[in-house]
Amino acid sequence: MSKNGPLALAYHTLFVAFMLAPILVVCWVAFTPEGFLSFPTDNWSLRWFYAIARYPEFVSAFWRSLWLGALSSAIAVGVSVPAALAIARYRFPGREAMTALFMSPLMIPHIVLGIAFLRFFTQIGIGGTFVGLVLAHIVIVLPFALRLTLASAIGLDRAIEHAAVSLGASEWVVLRRITLPLVLPGLASGWALAFINSFDEVTMTVFIAAPGTETLPVRMFLYIQDNIDPLVTSVSACVIAITVAALVVMDRAYGLEKLLVGRGVDGR
Amino acid sequence: MRLAPYLLSLPALLLFAGVVVVPLVMTVLLSFHDWGQYKGIEPVFILKNWQEVLTDSYFHEMFARTFRIAFFVTLLAAVFGAPEAYILNRMKSPWRGLFLLVILGPLLISVVARTLGWALLFGGNSGLVNKALMSAGLISAPLPFMFTETGMVVALAHVLMPYMVLSVWAALQRLDPQIENAAVALGAGPFTVLRRIVLPQVMPGILSGAIIVFALAASAFATPAIIGGRRLKVASTLAYDEFLNTLNWPLGAAVAVLLLLALVAIVIGASRLVERRYAQVFG
Repeated sequence: MSKNGPLALAYHTLFVAFMLAPILVVCWVAFTPEGFLSFPTDNWSLRWFYAIARYPEFVSAFWRSLWLGALSSAIAVGVSVPAALAIARYRFPGREAMTALFMSPLMIPHIVLGIAFLRFFTQIGIGGTFVGLVLAHIVIVLPFALRLTLASAIGLDRAIEHAAVSLGASEWVVLRRITLPLVLPGLASGWALAFINSFDEVTMTVFIAAPGTETLPVRMFLYIQDNIDPLVTSVSACVIAITVAALVVMDRAYGLEKLLVGRGVDGR
Repeated sequence: MRLAPYLLSLPALLLFAGVVVVPLVMTVLLSFHDWGQYKGIEPVFILKNWQEVLTDSYFHEMFARTFRIAFFVTLLAAVFGAPEAYILNRMKSPWRGLFLLVILGPLLISVVARTLGWALLFGGNSGLVNKALMSAGLISAPLPFMFTETGMVVALAHVLMPYMVLSVWAALQRLDPQIENAAVALGAGPFTVLRRIVLPQVMPGILSGAIIVFALAASAFATPAIIGGRRLKVASTLAYDEFLNTLNWPLGAAVAVLLLLALVAIVIGASRLVERRYAQVFG
């Protein structure tokens, strides 16, 4: 393979700068010592990070997002595993349609899902509740969980299960001792990807969250709509730091490329 | 045993029937209901909202803006993202993985935080982007970015760029480097190789990336809402306003359903076209 020329490298540098600029600028402004938005040069301060603690809405929204992401991703993975086994192992009428249905939250705009959930939850009396948030988030993160559980279910070597059966293991023992441990890495990364997507979701959630059940991105979005001040940059900087940490862990554990370049994102 | 796959997928099927199919059907029905300032939503079947959305010039203008923005975002992403994916693919081992992480990573960072970054960069006439462009001699007077379509296009192009790079990158992985080497051995210059060998083979990747970027740009919400402010509306921010400010849910539902239908038609039509065009080559 040939090497990149100086022109290509210059282009690459500009491109990377473009991709990183808005993210770095948020982190930069977050360290301002002033009471207004400014780019600190020789004076750095953590005052706006301490200020987060005095703004309980952000803190409680953060914990809510964390729980919501963990819970809805866990349920999504739990529901995905049997469905993935069915899709991976059986050829049955409606198999393609069912897979398309489970992947549909990727195709339906989140704005439409938000509206649909708002209408539905209000009608059945769980509008603005945490239960509603969990149900909605399970649905929108399920495609990510299913994609990775499906990949590991397809990659499973059936011979190992057959060997266990021939050695006298019951179906339940095979599932518990052979199948599940083998798909576990796929489940873990499916959960992680689902969690990040739930943690970042704003478009759909902004419709179904009420003042007491706002998630962190929704709280940040509503705050920015009113005014942009250094407080929201320090909150954003924290969110960015958490995501980058999770990203590095996931990249080490599973490989970001494998995680993202799967079927579904470009699965057409 | 014939029932086994259905039993296994039953939890997911029930969940999707209850929490996806039913709400979507209800939303379509909602778009046919009546609404009044004092009487609220009336569950009747009328075409008033659809008539309004389809004939009122305000909605025409707003949908035209939505799809115009989506088009330019897609164009920017394709023109700048595809070459970057190619450069990335030619890098050596540690750099390749590192920069792939740097470029795809933003995909997982909150879109609110990323858009906030653009709002800070644009920030009025003294924003950093204007300062940089002026000191580079590219413009003589500051350009307005906040509350304009230009600003929305730039910010959305940044938000959706990773999808394009990802799509082209995936196409490049299927490319056989020996074909490039053969072209060079036969005397082709680097530009000819790029145009005659690489580009035709990654075109399906660029096009499928373009479909994804277009669909996501046309239905994007947080970025247009923050950059566009309260006045410059696109379809999704208008639907949001109808639902949470004006409280005219049926009209908002009509806007959302129309956006969904338009996107489904465009995505399916474009995918068919791409598949037919490239079926002979890659089928």
